[in-house]
Amino acid sequence: MAFKDLPNDSILKTVIVATTLCLVCSIAVSAAAVFLRPLQAANKAADLQKNIVGVSGVDIGEESIAEAFAEFEPKLVNLETGKFTDAVDIDTYDQRKAAKDPALADPIPRAEDLAQIKLKERITTVYLVRDDAGNIERIILPVRGYGLWSTLWGYLALEGDANTVIGLSFYEHAETPGLGGEVDNPAWKAQWEGKKTYDANGNVLLELVKGGFDPSVPANAGKVDALSGATLTSRGVTNLLQYWMGEHGFKPFLENLREGNA
Amino acid sequence: MSEDFNNKKILTEPVFDNNPIVLQVLGICSALAVTSKLETALIMALALTSVTAFSNLFISMIRKMIPSNIRIIVQMTIIASLVIVVDQLLKAYAFDVAKQLSVFVGLIITNCIVMGRAEAYAMKNPPWPSFMDGIGNGLGYSMILIVVAVIRELFGSGSLLGVQILPLVTEGGWYTPMGLLLLPPSAFFIIGLFIWVLRTVKPAQVEKPDYQIHAVHRTEAV
Repeated sequence: MAFKDLPNDSILKTVIVATTLCLVCSIAVSAAAVFLRPLQAANKAADLQKNIVGVSGVDIGEESIAEAFAEFEPKLVNLETGKFTDAVDIDTYDQRKAAKDPALADPIPRAEDLAQIKLKERITTVYLVRDDAGNIERIILPVRGYGLWSTLWGYLALEGDANTVIGLSFYEHAETPGLGGEVDNPAWKAQWEGKKTYDANGNVLLELVKGGFDPSVPANAGKVDALSGATLTSRGVTNLLQYWMGEHGFKPFLENLREGNA
Repeated sequence: MSEDFNNKKILTEPVFDNNPIVLQVLGICSALAVTSKLETALIMALALTSVTAFSNLFISMIRKMIPSNIRIIVQMTIIASLVIVVDQLLKAYAFDVAKQLSVFVGLIITNCIVMGRAEAYAMKNPPWPSFMDGIGNGLGYSMILIVVAVIRELFGSGSLLGVQILPLVTEGGWYTPMGLLLLPPSAFFIIGLFIWVLRTVKPAQVEKPDYQIHAVHRTEAV
């Protein structure tokens, strides 16, 4: 019996139609994914550069993002020792891939895992901006941590003293639009400028708090208004900042940098 | 069903007379979410129109072969594949907008307009009219989206397509933006007003009340 003569509701025809349809659709979807990947990857890379340049607060004037980014100095940092390293090739090293690769990252003990990221790469990429005299003017550090729905991936920019925040910006997250998604709101992000990262004892000050606080009190120098309606995202952002600025994150590196022996 | 398909009628009817949003009140969730800026609304309108048109086309092409007990799954598979392709295209060619639209492109899959037209029209009609019907309904959706987005962006942030039109007070101008318009509920109000206006102009669109409130004899109140 020919295919077209089969009754539409016969089991054989149902199976044939379903299989053929799935095959055709999956080919269409995978073709789109494969052929568009190079363009998407280029877009992603450009977006990352835009984010790094944006968070650094560098005034790019008439320059394009790519031109401005060329003046940023990427550096590899060993998170264990807190010193610069060239153990891997900086041009091919992908910090994001390494962060998920068990061969390049170590599991974080549960008690230490404030940011809930489970794995921490041994080597990470930071960006430095130097002034004309060659002194470090801005430091841009990659940070990430779990919010409510997703891992927030972003950059924290510090001034050359490694103790004053320039900005915090997330380039990838899937928090609730309008609530946790407000981490992208420029008005909220603007609050970070000038916040202090450490107190005199080296404790991390950066924190999102609900309700008011008196910014003139030294203990509040790192506090920022939490996102309204987004308790868990706010907690996630606090935790990730506490983690990455702390003992197991960039603190050893920043201390070395301040003392000039990174 | 008569074979007399009037393309113009199929195309324009869903825009004014049988608008999927204001008459059928379908697909308004994305209409609330993506209309705070005209640019995202335009891209979303384009994405939804193409998905509706092509899903109608493909479903209509194979409508005589679809076993009726799996027809919804077949429709969903086609719609979902198209949405993924559109999402990939946006990420490749309009990355910034795709980022702003985030999950809402993916959510076209669950947009009642697409599914509704597939089931109500494409399953019963030949490919070409189905395609036109998809475009028509897409345009009906687009028109509302664009009108809402123009109102929200112009009065909410004083700009259109990112170009400042009304100078803001914060930048030394005279216009104090209406913050409410940037929040999703404002789209509800605008669409509601729209439905009101349309049903006043075209009383044929007013639905019959589900029940009638009887006039009360107010004797006991005296």
